[in-house]
Amino acid sequence: MISLSRLVKTYQTRDGQVTAVDHIDLKINEGEIFGIIGYSGAGKSTLIRLLNMLEEPTSGDVTIAGKNMNQLSKKKLREARQEIGMIFQHFNLLWSRTVKDNISFPLEIKGVPKEERDQRVNELIRLVGLEGRGGSYPSQLSGGQKQRVGIARALANNPKVLLCDEATSALDPKTTDSILELLVDINKKLGLTIVLITHEMHVIRKICHRVAVMEQGKIVEQGDVLEVFKRPKEEMTKEFVKQVTEPEETEEALQHLLQENNIGHVLQLTFVGGDAEKPLITNIIRRFEVTVNILQGKISQTQNGPYGSLFISLEGDAVEVQKVLDYIRDQQVEVEVIHGE
Amino acid sequence: MSNIVLTQTWFFPNVDWSTLWNATQETLYMTAISLALTFIFGIILGLLLFLTDKGNLWENKVIQAVVAAYVNIFRSIPFIILIVLLIPVTAFIVGSFLGPSAALPALVIGASPFYARMVEIGLREIDKGVIEAAKSMGATNTQIIFKVLLPESLPALISGLTVTAIALVSYTAMAGVIGAGGLGHLAYSHGFQRGRDDVTLMATLVVLVIVFILQFAGDRLTNKIDKR
Ligand SMILES: Nc1ncnc2c1ncn2[C@@H]1O[C@H](COP(=O)(O)OP(=O)(O)OP(=O)(O)O)[C@@H](O)[C@H]1O
Ligand SMILES: [Mg+2]
Repeated sequence: MISLSRLVKTYQTRDGQVTAVDHIDLKINEGEIFGIIGYSGAGKSTLIRLLNMLEEPTSGDVTIAGKNMNQLSKKKLREARQEIGMIFQHFNLLWSRTVKDNISFPLEIKGVPKEERDQRVNELIRLVGLEGRGGSYPSQLSGGQKQRVGIARALANNPKVLLCDEATSALDPKTTDSILELLVDINKKLGLTIVLITHEMHVIRKICHRVAVMEQGKIVEQGDVLEVFKRPKEEMTKEFVKQVTEPEETEEALQHLLQENNIGHVLQLTFVGGDAEKPLITNIIRRFEVTVNILQGKISQTQNGPYGSLFISLEGDAVEVQKVLDYIRDQQVEVEVIHGE
Repeated sequence: MSNIVLTQTWFFPNVDWSTLWNATQETLYMTAISLALTFIFGIILGLLLFLTDKGNLWENKVIQAVVAAYVNIFRSIPFIILIVLLIPVTAFIVGSFLGPSAALPALVIGASPFYARMVEIGLREIDKGVIEAAKSMGATNTQIIFKVLLPESLPALISGLTVTAIALVSYTAMAGVIGAGGLGHLAYSHGFQRGRDDVTLMATLVVLVIVFILQFAGDRLTNKIDKR
């Protein structure tokens, strides 16, 4: 659906050249929700804006739905843009227009007749759950509602692709979840391809099928969300994965425990996919001569199944502990001894 | 002569009410026509200033420099001097440099740059993200101007127009002194030069009423359309 090849964007600034996007190759499939995650300044916004040519690439190609975006004439580019919806961190609604007129805006641009516009706007208002608010002005809406208007507007011309630039970063966690659910819903209902950029792994975990990790203009790692969660290769990816798999205070709590005497072995178990539901701990206690203490744990849902990690301490003699480790590995659960030999 | 007697009143003994009414009409005429033309030219100039600036839709250094120079020069010339400078131009366009219509070219040329700067400031206040959103939907530049830039800056355009209208009332008074008629002419030649203070005072009061009404109407309208 979307394919980027050798894509480069450099900016000339007073302090010299900044390479915001550095030779990126990427393929995004039809109907998937593709997440791009990275810290501030990684070049995510630049990358997503290159997709609909809000930025012109310095070199390289962007192909969307078979069209080579960087070679289109101005007119053809405008037509192509009508098939690519975009939503923004700060919503970018027209304050001078009501909700209805905001949603109607892209239809006016396309030249859709009034009657058809009204009908389509009503459908969209229902789709995003804003019934009864059509006559309000953006200033009368909450952030979550504004983003719903943004989504409805982006979907007005039945686009094939939806680009989301930090669409939930200005929202509180609960509102974020409701917007994310709406995106999943739209993805399923309309078979829309969604590209979203974020700095929150939480967002990736909740709705993305695949993810790419971006650092200094390059994609350093990519793959199925579960796969990346299971075996993050890059240091950066590991940090992001931690955001969702470990409760915030884990590190601190563990440090504290490790200072105690007789803590024994501390293991970190990582569950991926269906494994999370197995009664692993029960089996360990029944089968081996060890005592088990659960220290910390967190299981989260992803689009492809559950994912989580569990910290336990084991007390027992070395031979038994080794048997436990072998047993856990046999169960296809990743295990790492983080304390005690 | 009987007419004058009839229309004179004891508390403004020298004020001739029908002359005052004529002068008021002339002032209103000059203000209204010049305001309408200033609105059009000011918006065009303001849009040019904004659109040709760096990073905008029609980025163009040359046009930007030319328009900015024009605006700055004509905004800096004191109005009274501008009228005098423009006498040949006026005589050519209007065919005379006396009377209310003769004041129009100078009024418009003097006020348009003033309003253009206010238009430009209003346009700059528009969130860049909104323009970007319109681009991302495939809008043409014309659509962006008429569907985004002008509607989104409308409160600023209207409040700027109010300020300009008030400035124009005072410009008409100056123009009046050198032959355009209106309340300025009345206050100066009928009042000041003949030592009739009550005429000057009355003309001033009418100007004040016009200014208050303009300000009130402008503020009401600005508040009404501002949905931010
Ligand atoms: N118009 C521009 N001119 C010069 N440099 C720019 C421009 N836009 C972006 N950059 C630079 O490109 C780099 C990437 O910026 P970008 O906005 O894409 O980052 P980001 O990953 O979206 O960050 P954030 O999470 O903070 O939004 C930064 O170093 C930034 O300074
Ligand atoms: Mg960004």
